[in-house]
Amino acid sequence: MRRIGVFVCWCGTNIGATVDLETVMEKARQMPGVVFAGDNKYMCSEIGQTLIRDTIVQERLDRVVVASCSPRMHELTFRKTAAAAGLNPYLVEIANIREHCSWVHKDKAEATQKAISLVRTAVAKAARNKPLQADQFAVTHRALVIGAGIAGIQAALDIGETGFEVDLVERTPSIGGRMAQLDKTFPTLDCSACILTPKMVDVAVHPKINLYTYSEIEAVEGYVGNFEVTLRQKARSIDKEKCTGCGICYEKCPSKVDGEFEEGMSKRKAIYVPFPQAVPNVPVIDRENCRWFTKEKCGVCKKVCPADAVDFEQSDQLIKQKYGAIVVATGFDLVDLDEFGEFGYGKHPDIITSMEFERLVNASGPTGGKLLRPSNQEPPRNVVFIHCVGSRDKSRGKPYCSKICCMYTAKHAILLKEKYPKSQAYVFYIDVRTAGKEFEEFHRRAVEEYGAAYLRGIVGKVFPSGDKLLVNGVDTLSNQTVELEADLVVLATAITPRRDAAALGRMLGIGTDGHNYFVEAHPKLRPVESHTAGIFLAGTCQGPRDIPETVAQAGGAAAKAIALLSKETLLSDPCVSNVNESLCTGCLACLPVCPYKAISEKTITEKVHGQERRRLVAEINNALCQGCGACSTACRPGAMNLLGFTNEQLLAEVDAICL
Amino acid sequence: MKITTAQLNGELKAEIAQISGEHVADCYQCGKCSAACPVNEYMDILPHQVLRLLQLGMTEKVLESKTIWVCAACFTCAGRCPRDVDLAVVMEALRAVLLRKREGSRLKGEEMPALLRKGMPEQGIVSGFRKYTK
Ligand SMILES: Cc1cc2nc3c(=O)[nH]c(=O)nc-3n(C[C@H](O)[C@H](O)[C@H](O)COP(=O)(O)OP(=O)(O)OC[C@H]3O[C@@H](n4cnc5c(N)ncnc54)[C@H](O)[C@@H]3O)c2cc1C
Ligand code: SF4
Ligand code: SF4
Ligand code: SF4
Ligand code: SF4
Repeated sequence: MRRIGVFVCWCGTNIGATVDLETVMEKARQMPGVVFAGDNKYMCSEIGQTLIRDTIVQERLDRVVVASCSPRMHELTFRKTAAAAGLNPYLVEIANIREHCSWVHKDKAEATQKAISLVRTAVAKAARNKPLQADQFAVTHRALVIGAGIAGIQAALDIGETGFEVDLVERTPSIGGRMAQLDKTFPTLDCSACILTPKMVDVAVHPKINLYTYSEIEAVEGYVGNFEVTLRQKARSIDKEKCTGCGICYEKCPSKVDGEFEEGMSKRKAIYVPFPQAVPNVPVIDRENCRWFTKEKCGVCKKVCPADAVDFEQSDQLIKQKYGAIVVATGFDLVDLDEFGEFGYGKHPDIITSMEFERLVNASGPTGGKLLRPSNQEPPRNVVFIHCVGSRDKSRGKPYCSKICCMYTAKHAILLKEKYPKSQAYVFYIDVRTAGKEFEEFHRRAVEEYGAAYLRGIVGKVFPSGDKLLVNGVDTLSNQTVELEADLVVLATAITPRRDAAALGRMLGIGTDGHNYFVEAHPKLRPVESHTAGIFLAGTCQGPRDIPETVAQAGGAAAKAIALLSKETLLSDPCVSNVNESLCTGCLACLPVCPYKAISEKTITEKVHGQERRRLVAEINNALCQGCGACSTACRPGAMNLLGFTNEQLLAEVDAICL
Repeated sequence: MKITTAQLNGELKAEIAQISGEHVADCYQCGKCSAACPVNEYMDILPHQVLRLLQLGMTEKVLESKTIWVCAACFTCAGRCPRDVDLAVVMEALRAVLLRKREGSRLKGEEMPALLRKGMPEQGIVSGFRKYTK
């Protein structure tokens, strides 16, 4: 007979208020194999864990059931507790009576019945649990960072500093991301370039950081400690070793297109460096717009290049590399404004996004830092800023707050006044959100020192009138409608994850939320980890945030990656599939269903009636198996069993719940 | 005028919610409806104020306003609202509350067959019921 102990947690009032735990314990004591049932206000606390440890010893328990919160929360905690008392950690079973019971039910009598049922199920399973042993496997001491905005740059530097090799992969021709586009930064107004470019140079010269710009992730295989990633380094059409960065090629190139870095407000050439401080300072040929590649004529750049660096023959390179850890830092895009016709974006050149405003005030931007109206290149006098464009909008935009726009709009109002003391900023807002160190003070300065006029209400329509723009809004504090004549209208546009974030997430096997932000493993306690072991998250790809928060999070993700890379070996999860060779018929129905390619075939030799016979059976690679259990359902003779979740265990659970 | 607990849970509030099917609590007072309303200049209180007063249970004040009769039922506010509040429908509910109160139940079920025979369009009957039946 088993000696099972049942430990029931109140979780404060979380469980205790909805489930009658005395009754649960009383019933538990009558379940087969149960020799002890006890409770604690917080089983995860020191006192609770001590109770479990002591009882295991005193009552000579051979199985433990903890009736508490989700196993995602504390299974590991209680496994460790059991191990400390000398019990194999896989002999612990969790009955989730919080998320699956007390949180979703109101009626105490019914919730109590359900809790008893869940405990009975866990007891039935625990009785059939077998001790499992984790394997050890070696860790590859190399990290991959995807995306080289400030988040990726910071993570790569932090990891590189500890001496591990880091590959930093950036899709565009230069590192820097959005921060490179910004002018000055709140709340201190230090210039973005002055604080970012030194870090970009640090990356370029760092002995441990290998930079792959103009590159993307092609495929990801493997698992924590041993990811196998294929990178595609796109053809730059320039020999990096020969190029001196003189820039003659892009001076002479005759093909012009809208520059992405300048948000389409000025032209770049088909051969270009995205911005003067780009790292690496090596041009790239945009083959879609190059006359050589589209019409097979021109070749001017090749003729003028004094270093003979232009190479039309270059082709994409596929690079395969193994990594122990991955940091994802792919950043943000701006929401599409097509849905918001009332703001007139795209219908008039003087209606711009905040990102375009950043470029217009930036000394290296299209106007050389002279903020001028795009329509007539005159300085603007009255500038209307509109908050929450596409944010906090559940009907046409994003329901969340983009978190940075209140602050950068205050910054824009200040920068405007500094450039043109006679100008006037009008800011339409719903709420001003300035929760951050020195943030409220910064916002008040925009109002009190720089005279920005804040109007509490949102704009209903913007339309051209002569050479001005008419803005119809409202001030809900005075309950007056407002009509302003503006020279420039700036839309604080909602931020979103990169458009292809979900596709990248699928490749990496990490989850995205309804808006395609990558999901953290726990919103409070594991904010920089993804649900997939060994993959960490940094920056705006996980949620809206500003630079200080991005840098802090990147440091956190780096620290997690470093902790992983510092290990020589990792313990595998022993809950993997297992073939019972005596039952396996060798049909290999399991082989194609395994999403991790963990199943292969092998031939075994056995003795039947004194004769040697060879036959085919399935074989599991324990390192590749992720324990999804797909094979065990595909196996007709029942030879495939997921350890820790065997058919016998699951059927016992079903029997117990049907009682 | 002081806002009191009794008022915050006013009876009419529930009736308006029931007729309109809209949740006035969803409104976060951005004022977009007022900014976009094409007839706002003829109103004594602005559309977003209608919602604010309803949130506070000050229904009488709204029912006394000119605004609910000025509203052209153009649905511009509903189309622009970031919180999916259909203010145009709320306005109609407010008018219905007043009409029902003032006019009582003008149509009686038993009169229907005769009215139909006389050629009264079904649409008219449905809308009559909606407007005039308590
Ligand atoms: C108008 C505006 C003004 C702002 N002003 C301020 C300010 O004053 N102060 C402040 O603190 N914050 C400000 N911010 C916020 C700040 O820009 C962000 O917090 C910060 O840039 C986020 O950095 P990131 O590295 O997360 O993202 P990004 O800068 O977007 O970097 C992501 C990088 O990943 C690359 N990438 C994307 N997908 C892939 C892929 N699949 N493979 C490889 N590479 C990929 C991208 O090309 C990019 O280089 C402002 C934001 C805006 C919109
Ligand atoms: S070959 Fe292409 S990149 Fe070179 S100068 Fe001509 S158009 Fe420009
Ligand atoms: S940060 Fe401010 S402007 Fe941006 S969405 Fe939030 S409340 Fe609106
Ligand atoms: S637009 Fe919607 S959320 Fe904004 S004030 Fe009007 S009803 Fe309220
Ligand atoms: S439906 Fe009424 S309140 Fe709404 S915009 Fe039209 S006129 Fe104004």
